[in-house]
Amino acid sequence: MKNHHLRVNRLAPDPGAWRRLTARDSVLRRIDWVLLLAALALSVIGILLVWSATRNRTEINGGDPHFFLIRQGLNLAIGVGLAVGVMWLGHHRLRSAVPLIFAFAMVFMLLVFSPLGTEINGQRAWLSLGGYTLQPGEFAKIAIILGMAVIMADQVDAGDRDHPSRRAVLQALALAAGPICVVVIDDLGMAMVLSMIVLGILLASGASLKWSIGLMLAGVFGAVLVWTLGILDEYQIDRFAAFADPSRDPAGVGYNTNQARIAIGSGQLDGKGLFQGTQTTGQFVPEQHTDFIFTVAGEELGFLGAGGIIVLIGIVLWRALRIARDSTELYGTIIAAGIVAWFAFQCFENIGMALGIMPVAGVPLPFLSYGGTAMFVVWIAIGLLQSVRMKRPLAA
Amino acid sequence: MTNIPETGRTSRITIRLVVIQILVFSLLLTLGGRLWYLQIRQGDEFAAEAAGNHVQQVIQPAVRGSIVDARGVPIADNETRLVVSVDRTELSKLPDDGEQVLSDLAELLELSEEEVAHRVRLCDSETPQPCWNGSPYQPIPITDEATTGQTLQIRERAEEFPGVSAEPTAVRRYPAPEGSRAAQVLGYLSPVTDEEVADSEDTDSPLLRSDQVGRSGLERTYDSYLRGESGVTRYEVDKFGRVLGEAENDPAMAGANVVTSLDSRLQAVVEEELVGAMERAQATHDDITGRDYEADSGSAVVLENDTGRVVAMASAPDYDPNVWVGGISSDEYARLTDEDANDPLINRAIQGQGPPGSTFKVISSTAAVNAGYDFDGRYECGSSYDIGGQTFRNFESSSYGPISLAQAIEVSCNTVFYGLAHREWQRDGGNNPVDEPNDYFFNTALGFGLGTQTGIDLPNEVAGRIPDRQWKQDYWEANQEAWCEVAETDRDDYPARIARENCTEGMKMRAGDMLNFSIGQGDVLVTPIQLASVYAAIGNGGTLYQPSVGKAVVAPDGRVIEEFEPQATGELPADDGTIDDLRAATERVVTTGSAAWKFGGWPQDEIPLHAKTGTAEGSGDQQTSSWLATFSDDFTVVMTISQAGTGSGASGDAVRRIWEAIYGVDGGGVNEDAALLPTPVTELPEIDDTGAIVPQVDEDAEENEEEGDQGQDGVQGQDADTFDGQEGGEQGEQPEGAERFLPEGTPASPGAGDSQAAWSGGPPSLLADDPRDHQTRREDE
Repeated sequence: MKNHHLRVNRLAPDPGAWRRLTARDSVLRRIDWVLLLAALALSVIGILLVWSATRNRTEINGGDPHFFLIRQGLNLAIGVGLAVGVMWLGHHRLRSAVPLIFAFAMVFMLLVFSPLGTEINGQRAWLSLGGYTLQPGEFAKIAIILGMAVIMADQVDAGDRDHPSRRAVLQALALAAGPICVVVIDDLGMAMVLSMIVLGILLASGASLKWSIGLMLAGVFGAVLVWTLGILDEYQIDRFAAFADPSRDPAGVGYNTNQARIAIGSGQLDGKGLFQGTQTTGQFVPEQHTDFIFTVAGEELGFLGAGGIIVLIGIVLWRALRIARDSTELYGTIIAAGIVAWFAFQCFENIGMALGIMPVAGVPLPFLSYGGTAMFVVWIAIGLLQSVRMKRPLAA
Repeated sequence: MTNIPETGRTSRITIRLVVIQILVFSLLLTLGGRLWYLQIRQGDEFAAEAAGNHVQQVIQPAVRGSIVDARGVPIADNETRLVVSVDRTELSKLPDDGEQVLSDLAELLELSEEEVAHRVRLCDSETPQPCWNGSPYQPIPITDEATTGQTLQIRERAEEFPGVSAEPTAVRRYPAPEGSRAAQVLGYLSPVTDEEVADSEDTDSPLLRSDQVGRSGLERTYDSYLRGESGVTRYEVDKFGRVLGEAENDPAMAGANVVTSLDSRLQAVVEEELVGAMERAQATHDDITGRDYEADSGSAVVLENDTGRVVAMASAPDYDPNVWVGGISSDEYARLTDEDANDPLINRAIQGQGPPGSTFKVISSTAAVNAGYDFDGRYECGSSYDIGGQTFRNFESSSYGPISLAQAIEVSCNTVFYGLAHREWQRDGGNNPVDEPNDYFFNTALGFGLGTQTGIDLPNEVAGRIPDRQWKQDYWEANQEAWCEVAETDRDDYPARIARENCTEGMKMRAGDMLNFSIGQGDVLVTPIQLASVYAAIGNGGTLYQPSVGKAVVAPDGRVIEEFEPQATGELPADDGTIDDLRAATERVVTTGSAAWKFGGWPQDEIPLHAKTGTAEGSGDQQTSSWLATFSDDFTVVMTISQAGTGSGASGDAVRRIWEAIYGVDGGGVNEDAALLPTPVTELPEIDDTGAIVPQVDEDAEENEEEGDQGQDGVQGQDADTFDGQEGGEQGEQPEGAERFLPEGTPASPGAGDSQAAWSGGPPSLLADDPRDHQTRREDE
């Protein structure tokens, strides 16, 4: 941030401070408030839903009905703090640190396979550090976005080329392949999200369409290969099978998706009211504070509330896309587009899973699902978006 | 985008971003659409599913209503037993699933640990009995015979027995006031079937698997009133079945009480006299068969003439209705259904039928009057009556010369009625009947309500039989094949000759059939309740009433829900003069006729009694069955005993003593204080402020009554589980078919070619022994 007023008026009396804050190019005026408020609204709603879903799950909240409420509130505070930090640093200053960030994320991810790693629900995707579990894969999203943005925007932003070179694209893909290969072993959902981020970045970077098409073909081919070679674990196949036909095994895998649908459907227009959901109170939906948080919204807030959440997500994505468009540099555009691809796919997969139109994959709902790491990286992404926006030239 | 300064970006990127934007928003629209579909389009279905998901019902059984007699004395009520139950939901919260609690409980109740464990386990296809086949949310009864001490222990050491409750609970009981069992009239309860549970699921009063429903008698007829409405508490439960809260609570509504017209004091007298008469008959030598009388079964009915209400109804052999309480044991059930037990479950007053013998003559007389014969005319009462080489004899071949119909009734002369019936038969065309025969005898019998059920409010009543032309035709069609098969053989013995004739002519109404019918013999069958309502109608001046036991239904709060008014079903096909003639004739039966020797010294001036005796022929070597129909101005008493001799001989003393009890007749004088029922009871029993029915108690019987009263009050309006003894779980249905007094089929109509009328004994008709014949007959019944 290069703000001349800041230096000139350093010794000025207080009234100048207010003017500074309200000046056209001040931080407060340049922040995208709509984005910020929509993200905050989603997070606060998320905290309430997490609270509702965990209030009487004594087996996980240790008898304290407020345990998850407080934890998620703390997660949000840390997340907002991280966002402020990112804004303060600015994505440009981060640029030089990207190799370090990337390397750090990779090491972090690999640590999962060390004795520090923890397995939850058949997925070895967590790090247990001092009673706090972290999901290193989440950081890979940021790392991939920043890494690919640096590599692909470098020549373009320098004015050397209109679009990323073949070499730059290959380098970027090679970079992204690392984390994807690491997570695909144990966390299919995460691998899908990372792939979608890569796809979004390829599209938005202006790189030749054949890269995007090639990536999609590779994805289809890979899926077929994985399926036929039986690389997937039993539980992963089960989840797909249940998605295709939940009634086939109503007491087993299909039970979860069925109960999720009952929860959402029974909310009807205006819902049963917060804390009043019988499916939620009765704990009929598994993982309800994390992957199936949307079912709480559907049941207790109804079509109005759950639809409102989708609208808020739409607002976040709309603002993020505007930021992508308005960025003067490809670097900012790629960061924003990567975040859009990330949020959009994760929201679609997560809500689609709860609604029974997408296979079950362990993907959290951004802002709403309980989880520290997920909350942190989502808010880091908000910080990056705000940073890109503040960087753009003032409108005429 | 016009306000965006030059960025050096290409339009390609802008287009790509627009594409991404379109993609992103179509995904969100997809989600929104799907959300709308689930929540708005299919919302109702999911709401219903969610509701079913999390709600469990617990049903509190309603206390069954009492059945009381006309004076309010309970004849079926509930007693309080201490029932210890275990709540599985509570036990499942304990670390060891309550194993320790159950073993402690077993020790306290002095039961084996195994037995207790078996009782609380849930039934499924692989679990043998005993097991609990009710809802797992229902408290499971362990015993209904806990002592007060054990109950106190459980309550005082509540922390040691979580989920265990010891509550006083209502259990059905039949207190038998004055020793009157009225077993078949009351009926019994037995556990519901799975089908009944399923059928009742969506009704207002769902049945519990552990419920009992009335299977027979009043318990069955008035089951819907007596049962009440079980209470339903809906609990919200979570996925693991843990109770989250109470969603809804409809308390149980105790069943209504049924007031009957029975008088338990008189019922006791009638039961005692019936058994006494049978025992005396069993000690009496029968000169005809050379054996003592079998007197294997019997029945007695007391009706109110002006209403058709049943004051007493006995059927022997009977049983103690309390054997059903808490689930009948298989031993007891086997004993009741054993062949030697002679079907004690059958209510012979409505399900037993036999030829009425001479008690039928009031009907034949009316038929003769209807056919145009003068009641006071002169009709030859010879010692025998001949038709076509057949001789029909009078009783003991007595001969009285020309007498009136009144005298024919008084001395029970058969030949008078033979002559009348024969002439009418000839008028109707004889063996070649005219197109529209008058059939005065058959039609009059049908007009007296015979051949159809009386409609009494007790289940499985049988219809009796009037063997008219249509019946002959039907019977022939049913048996023709069997008869003709025998006919085609070369045999030339007696049964073969009969079969040969029946094969071709069996559908014809023979003169012999008519003669037998006119004196109530042969194929005619009546039930005691039918005969009683015929005589009650004569007693009241000619109105037939539908007999009834239930008088009113009183809600637990004392409100009279329903009062059953007497239902007239028709008038006797007799003019007033004829009915007066019949009353006069039957009165002379008591004073000078066939029953006079049993009613000597009866205060006829004060209490005019009327009677008709009947002695019905048995088949083969069976002894004659006795009928005695009597009536006063207010009541009718009918008694019949199978294979016990003559009407007056076998039942005369017993019936007289019943009358003495009703009117307080003591050694020729009337002692009104001793009269049980000087007049019929018209008022309902008193109902007190709490809604309880107050039994009207005689001073000398007060002590006994009080006990019953306490038992009754102890359970009034109290919600409680009905304990269902597990071992009694599978019970057969009560046999529904009719039982005849004569165990093996009574003889088929001997037919005109039969040289032997049933009346005069002689060789038995072997037709009845043809198994196929027997089978069809059973279907006919």
